[in-house]
Amino acid sequence: LSYVAGLGWFLALAFQPLAPRTYMSENAMGSTMVEEQFLFGERALSYAREFAGHKKKAGGMPVAWLEKTMWNLGLEVHRQPFSRTLPFPDETRERYMVKGTNVYGILRAPRAASTESLVLSVPCSEGPHNNQAVGLMLALASYFRGQIYWAKDIIFLVNEHDLLGMEAWLEAYHDVNITEVQSSGTLGRAGAIQAAISLELSSDVVTSFDVAVEGLNGQLPNLDLLNLFHAFCQKNGLLCTIQGKLQRSDWDSLPAYAHSLQTLLLMVLAQASGRPRGDHGLFLRYHIEAITLRGINSFRQYKYDMTTVGKTLEGMFRKLNNLLERLHQSYFFYLLPSLSRFVSIGVYMPAFGFLILVLTGSAERLWDGDHATGEVRALPLPTAPPPPTPAILTPAFPQESRPGLLVLVPPLLICHAAGLALYFLPVLGQHVATQHFPVSESEAVVLTVIAIYVAGMALPHNTHRCRGREGGDRSWMTLKLLALLYLAVQLGCLALLNFSLGFLLAATMVPAAAVVRPTGPNRVLLAALLVLATPAVTLLLGIFLQRELVEAPAAAAEGWQLFLAAVAEGLLQHHLYGSLLFPFLALCVYPCWLLLWNVLFWK
Amino acid sequence: MLPSGKETSRRKGEQTTAGRAERGSHAGDGCSPCRVLVQGKALQGTPGEGLWLVAPAVRRLVFDPSRSRFPLLPLLAQPAQGERGCWSRQRRNHEEPSGSPPQNGRPRSQPGGSRCQMLALGRARARPGRLFPRSRRGAGSRPAPRSRSSARRPRQRKTLRPRAGPGLRRRVSMATPEAAAIGRKRKPAEGREGAGMAAVLPLLLLLAAAGPGRARRDALREELLLSPLPAGDVAATFQFRTRWDADLPRGAVSHYRLFPKALGRLVAALGVRELHLALTQGFWRTRAWGQPPLQAPAGAELWVWFQPTVTDVDKAWKELSNILSGIFCASLNFIDSTNTVTPTASFKPLGLANGTDHHLLRYAVLPREVVCTENLTPWKKLLPCGSKAGLAVLLKAERLFHSSYHSQAVHIRPICRDASCLAVSWELRQTLTVVFDTFSSGQGKKDWSLFKMFSRTLTDACPLASQSKVYVDISPKNKEKELLEVTPPPTSVHEAIVQGDERTYAVYDLLSPSLFNTSRSLNVQLKWKRPQDSSELPTPILHAQRYVSGYGLQTGEISTLIYNTHPYRAFPVILLETVPWYLRLYVHTLTIITKGKENKPSYIHYQPAQDRRRPHLLEMLIQLPANSVTKITIQFERALLKWTEYTPDPNHGFYISSSVLSALVPSVIAMKDVDVEQSPLFTSLFPSSDGSSYFMRLYTEPLLVNLPTPDFSMPYNVICLTCTVVAVCYGSFYNLLTRTFHVEEPSRGGLAKRLANIIRKFRGVPPL
Repeated sequence: LSYVAGLGWFLALAFQPLAPRTYMSENAMGSTMVEEQFLFGERALSYAREFAGHKKKAGGMPVAWLEKTMWNLGLEVHRQPFSRTLPFPDETRERYMVKGTNVYGILRAPRAASTESLVLSVPCSEGPHNNQAVGLMLALASYFRGQIYWAKDIIFLVNEHDLLGMEAWLEAYHDVNITEVQSSGTLGRAGAIQAAISLELSSDVVTSFDVAVEGLNGQLPNLDLLNLFHAFCQKNGLLCTIQGKLQRSDWDSLPAYAHSLQTLLLMVLAQASGRPRGDHGLFLRYHIEAITLRGINSFRQYKYDMTTVGKTLEGMFRKLNNLLERLHQSYFFYLLPSLSRFVSIGVYMPAFGFLILVLTGSAERLWDGDHATGEVRALPLPTAPPPPTPAILTPAFPQESRPGLLVLVPPLLICHAAGLALYFLPVLGQHVATQHFPVSESEAVVLTVIAIYVAGMALPHNTHRCRGREGGDRSWMTLKLLALLYLAVQLGCLALLNFSLGFLLAATMVPAAAVVRPTGPNRVLLAALLVLATPAVTLLLGIFLQRELVEAPAAAAEGWQLFLAAVAEGLLQHHLYGSLLFPFLALCVYPCWLLLWNVLFWK
Repeated sequence: MLPSGKETSRRKGEQTTAGRAERGSHAGDGCSPCRVLVQGKALQGTPGEGLWLVAPAVRRLVFDPSRSRFPLLPLLAQPAQGERGCWSRQRRNHEEPSGSPPQNGRPRSQPGGSRCQMLALGRARARPGRLFPRSRRGAGSRPAPRSRSSARRPRQRKTLRPRAGPGLRRRVSMATPEAAAIGRKRKPAEGREGAGMAAVLPLLLLLAAAGPGRARRDALREELLLSPLPAGDVAATFQFRTRWDADLPRGAVSHYRLFPKALGRLVAALGVRELHLALTQGFWRTRAWGQPPLQAPAGAELWVWFQPTVTDVDKAWKELSNILSGIFCASLNFIDSTNTVTPTASFKPLGLANGTDHHLLRYAVLPREVVCTENLTPWKKLLPCGSKAGLAVLLKAERLFHSSYHSQAVHIRPICRDASCLAVSWELRQTLTVVFDTFSSGQGKKDWSLFKMFSRTLTDACPLASQSKVYVDISPKNKEKELLEVTPPPTSVHEAIVQGDERTYAVYDLLSPSLFNTSRSLNVQLKWKRPQDSSELPTPILHAQRYVSGYGLQTGEISTLIYNTHPYRAFPVILLETVPWYLRLYVHTLTIITKGKENKPSYIHYQPAQDRRRPHLLEMLIQLPANSVTKITIQFERALLKWTEYTPDPNHGFYISSSVLSALVPSVIAMKDVDVEQSPLFTSLFPSSDGSSYFMRLYTEPLLVNLPTPDFSMPYNVICLTCTVVAVCYGSFYNLLTRTFHVEEPSRGGLAKRLANIIRKFRGVPPL
């Protein structure tokens, strides 16, 4: 019942009363109006054409031309060469050993001591993409250079190899080395970066702007930055979308509800994937608020030219320039059913709480049952342990004296060993695999992951061998109790960091985990349910759901391909940017699920 | 606690008025914006007002302009707003139709009478001193000034207003237009009564003038250096140097002429041996702009050497910073023990000094200080000519702050009076450095002129100055054969070696009469014949960069990169780091790496911080190999402050002041032992030990560090809510439950009793 309540609560989040209108919390951005005077849309286009020409000539990023142009605009120009060898070849983007150069110019604010700065970044991607973004950036730089009101330095960054270049630049700027990017050390710096905007624009005119907020590991920028963008879109009459979905004007009709639920689900899926949905995603780790703006040119009638787009950006930067403090006033944890409405953490957390309640409830029942059979004095139990703190129960384990506890050690160890194998073997063993099987490295890695994953399911048989005969009812109940609590703690912690991922995992794993038992008539049914609840299947289902929501349903074969790609992507994300999704699944959730699997096949 | 923007400005106001009340006149000459209200009211009844109405008349009687040595000074176009006070009033007095009997004055019965006489004495003493050096000028130059002077006689009187006791003078001159209006209204009434008084004064004056020695004891030299910077900007550096052959701390001085009284009395009273104060807005970008003539860190910097006779240095330091805070209208009163350090090696006395016991030194930087016109105005008031004549005419606030960099400084130090160095003179240097961004104003062209930069031109020298020169750095002409043209043609060309670089200066001597022969004003212009297109800037020999690395709110790392680009010479540099206590430095993580190898500093002085008491102080002497980059890193942990210790804007971050690099940089060119007095500006400020190297001091960027910050509104809300709930519900119930109720027979008991009985029934206690 609690489970149903949780799901219901979640679905209701998209409903109007629960999602209040967004509002600007930051004082410095709220009341002060700025008047935009950017008029150089034509110049932006001519810069874009010139850039495109030089890019074609150079066959990549025209470093020298960019440096010269920025210098002539009066900026302080720096370049940053970097190189990175991927752990295994990336097949979707066709890259393995990456070499690139980031070029950036710093506009020094007059009379400021370079303690704070803002970033406007533009990825220089292959092909004809993003030329207009570079052009607009240069036009903005030349316009900004003539103004005297800047209080923060502005960094205009063109990064090569999109996220890789961005990661290299950010690491070099903050002088840390988290991933194994090699880059030159000494750079021009401009103090603490306060906010960043990443711009992607591939056409001369746009019909709408799509804004991407989800960053690495599901981190979100401060809601005020989003509000700022929304406010300027409204001021300039630009259409703006989130998750590619335009907001509907009617709120109380059923289709409108379905629409906002779709948007919400898309956001939950995107956030759960832990993948940065744009270059901005990497900024968030450094506590820099950032969003990505994507210009979309569709078949709509109304088109906006570069001047309007430039004005929007100018306004945003001038308001950010007015900031006295970092953006901190508004929400950092929220879900967006549309651009102008948000669900705050206080409202969505109960949905998750209800789900976790199922786990703790059944754990408690197990403990009760344990006590009843084990003729220990009946303790007056607390009626309902508070859901977020199920960890309190674990130290109060009453069975120290019994031999049954030792039985649990082998399955625990074996499950975690399987997790470790899943985490380390694929990348380490890729060379062995390519030598013995006719597959490429990346295929080898993905297939190894799946193989180990599936092999883990055969573990119960091995664990039986390690275990003596003294099993019985009580030991599987203890094991299940342990697994349930373990799962509850994991999910509870996760939901605080990345609600979407926690919620998705909870929604799939909780029912199966609650009902699983080795005895009973419908063991096959239970097994099927448990297999459905495994994280890998969740991922597969998530992919199908996502395609469904963007109205491009995938066939089974295509879905499988996407699934393989997603696995490879997840591994790469972890190694390249430090995404935590893969290690979390491999080291925490997967062993936990294996424990439950063990329970199912307990003899 | 660190000052915040809003708070600071408010406290400044408090400070100034408070300072005025406590310390009387010498601390009172503070900043005009804050004083407006106080002064505007206070001025009405003071005798000083009447005094100034008398003064011009007195002067007219005594002074014969035709005997002056000065070329006539054209009238200033418009005195700046807010400085108009006494100036315009004087002018009005003069423009009254040739009234030979003085019309202004005050009734003698007023207490102002005695002060009036003293002022007049000062005036009389001053005048012979200026008339005296007439013979110094060549005879050939005489006719021209005289002919002009006769043409514009009435104006000269105004410009020649001598300097009286600054306390009085400044009070009036800084008065607001409001006060001026009051004076205006009062004038007709007073006019007729002063005649008798004015008749007595000249006699007194003449008597007094005979008394003191006629030797000229102080001198003012004003200089302006205009130098195009490598990146295309233009730096303008003003220096006003007042030298006074008197022994200040002996306390024997009671009369001040050119030297500002406020500072003079400060030096005497607090036993200051050397005082260096710099207020800076912006950051000197050494990499792009080259080596600065005199650098200062962003914000406010103050370092002071005290006399060995001072017993309680900390007390004197506290008092000094508070007084200076009042004088310069800066929040120097925020200097306390948490940001004051005593460096052992970085700051040596620049003037005469017997010993260098560094316990007499105090050094503090306020990186957060914002410098604006309110700081500029009091600084200008210290100039003998104010901003009325001479180079100071160019100091127009709205242009000065429309620039990329603004730094104003005051340096006081004792120097040798002559070559034998038997007696001490005191030197006050007021310097102001501005960098103009020619790129944004000139649409890509880098031509500039005085008018374009300052929206003023030079019309005369300060009449009190013994030297008044404009230098224009035209050295690129020689070096790169680049065509640049300076108009009008300079008086002379001077070559010097400054900071290891050969420089050529075009010199305009404002005191030479030929300069103003052709045109009334001097508007120095520089034109580039060919567009400058050098993306490779000449890198300075020594430059540095500092930043905070790492992410997250727990730990971090301060990294400093020091570059030595000298092709073949290594040299040592002293690094001084002052880090506030709330960043806990881990000294064991200190690493110094040059060219991949560890570089062991030959001297380390580390003074650990004490929480809420004093900052970290780290001084190191590091050898920089030729052509190298040295990286110095030290890790820190961010402390969690008490909640009252956070600034009002804690999410802005906390500043770490600039670190200081002091070095004797070897010069590429051998330096000749040139006549230091001749070279412009600062070459004489820092002593150069020998010809092969020169002294340099560099400041790095200040840093902004975020500390873990609680959400301040939330505990407040929670506390409010809980307190209300507790107070209303729990409190009343607790009260009811614990109170013993006495039975009062006549009354049946009110609501309280009935309620209490109900509760007692629940408790199983018999009812009352």
